[in-house]
Amino acid sequence: MTETRDGAHPVVHEMGEIFDITRFGEYTQFTVVAPGVARAFRPGQFVAVAVGGPDTAMLLRRSFALYGVKPGTEFAGTIQFVVAVRGAGTGWLVNQKTGARLDLVGPLGTPFPLPREAVPVVLVGGGYGTAPLIPLAELLIAMGCEVEMIVGAGTARKLFGEMQAKRLIGKVTVTTDDGSAGQRGRVTDPMPSAIDRLGAQIVYGCGPMPMLRAVGDVARAHAIPAQVAVEEAMACGIGVCMTCVLPVRGADGVSRFVRSCVEGPVFEAGRVRWADVGTLPADLFGADAMGGR
Amino acid sequence: MAAPPQRPKVDMRTSLAGFELPNPVLTASGCAASGRELDQFFGVAELGAVVTKSIMSRPRSGRPTPRMAETPSGMLNSIGLQGPGIDSFLANDLPWLRAHGARVVVSIAGGHTDEFVSLAKRLYHHGIDMIEVNISCPNVENRGQVFACDAIAAARVISAVRRAANPNVPVFAKLSPDVTDIGYIARAVTDAGADGISLINTLLGMVIDVDAMRPALGGVTGGLSGPAIRPVAVRCVWQVHKSVPHLPLLGMGGIKTGADALQFVFAGASAVSVGTAVFHDPSAPVRVLAELENELARRGFGSFREAIGFAHRSPAEQAEFFARRSVEVSA
Repeated sequence: MTETRDGAHPVVHEMGEIFDITRFGEYTQFTVVAPGVARAFRPGQFVAVAVGGPDTAMLLRRSFALYGVKPGTEFAGTIQFVVAVRGAGTGWLVNQKTGARLDLVGPLGTPFPLPREAVPVVLVGGGYGTAPLIPLAELLIAMGCEVEMIVGAGTARKLFGEMQAKRLIGKVTVTTDDGSAGQRGRVTDPMPSAIDRLGAQIVYGCGPMPMLRAVGDVARAHAIPAQVAVEEAMACGIGVCMTCVLPVRGADGVSRFVRSCVEGPVFEAGRVRWADVGTLPADLFGADAMGGR
Repeated sequence: MAAPPQRPKVDMRTSLAGFELPNPVLTASGCAASGRELDQFFGVAELGAVVTKSIMSRPRSGRPTPRMAETPSGMLNSIGLQGPGIDSFLANDLPWLRAHGARVVVSIAGGHTDEFVSLAKRLYHHGIDMIEVNISCPNVENRGQVFACDAIAAARVISAVRRAANPNVPVFAKLSPDVTDIGYIARAVTDAGADGISLINTLLGMVIDVDAMRPALGGVTGGLSGPAIRPVAVRCVWQVHKSVPHLPLLGMGGIKTGADALQFVFAGASAVSVGTAVFHDPSAPVRVLAELENELARRGFGSFREAIGFAHRSPAEQAEFFARRSVEVSA
């Protein structure tokens, strides 16, 4: 329960009480009373949750994009996040009961940058990657931006946030790879027409990495920026361990391994060297020092 | 004695070869970057010292991802010493640590002896508190570079660093547990001039992703850390304390609680580093410090120093210590 002492992005470590657990298809949505995390939240940020209880053999926190944050008053702030079961840690989490307490660190990461003025925008969410786009859409609408949203997944059970998005925006395009909901195809398929129809100036996206790369490609073809939130394996979530790095081209043209937990999770898609993820490109800053001597 | 005497506050001061610390809990190299991120959770000056991520001569990208795999009560990492290099460290990180009142232990790493020497020289006039020489990182391309696996290579690096470094700054050798006889390596680096020994670095490990049917880490092998390695670490501290009893030891490896830290102290450590536990609990170092003080008080120790190497004493010696202490306390 250590509170941050200063800083532009105050991070807190607090015990949150699970207020509600709801299943959506393959996902489990948590609503947790966590006023400290809720207070400082901005869309795009995430929360790192300890799993397995106090004597767990699972050391590493699991990170989830925040959405549905209600700052409320000092004592009633709630956060929401969505969990897809991947292994033992997420399996433990989805078996928790209402009233149980969760050990949380957040809000973490760099939020989505907002346009300086109200411009038309397209939001693209893949799977539970739609989650952080919901509060972003709220914020953009409040700014006066015209917002259109495309929500996609492999199959209907893997869709998330369609209802929330519809309630917020009214018009939501749904795609599934297998056609089990919405139109059959990739989530990027409806992007060009949406961008043209709106005269969109920015694309925002969140989802699996190949999708984000494709979102970036479509945006580039329309000569507009795409701000995307990545999901990368993290050990600490707070910037000390250096495990979650991605090769990203800097403003100076030099590519570096940068942390997706601190410099990210939101990156301009055009700066991420998607094709080089998982490799050590020879021109990366400091790669020349890696040679075995 | 009518009422039990009020529990005295434990004097937590300690020293590492002349480096005086207000308390014996430090961060572990590679688990705290250069302190800035953890300052969101507690003041870095509250710790005995901050041990930096290993600094090298040049900026270094580190290895490709995936760099991490969770293991039972631990994790495997293959970062490969990603870092900005000594110039950036001296320009940005060291001034920040100073400005925030931290005592600073600089971990240095190199591909060859000359690199270690040039780093020690660069640090000469910067008023740092201690140098930890990382001769044991397993995430290097050539395992031959793990100097700490070879007594002669380890001694050569330590002797060169000791000669090049500011004589007022203690030089600690950080050893690997992946050796046949760690006591032998400890004697070699001691003879070479090490003022103390840090132990242990990670154990070389490997995980295979059975779905991908490939190694889970981009670097194939990685360093194992966390509570899983704690018994190995305590054993190493015990053996090295026996091997070089006069030398101060900085103990680390899977410390998660104050009671964990106490094992290292009883085994012979003059101070401890909290590493991987930070990934689970960013405030772990200050929590471990508070817990350690309670554990010492509960056992009747008046000062941290009294507990160093205490498990090496015979039951009779231990009983005599507490008998004498209770006389002192009631007097």
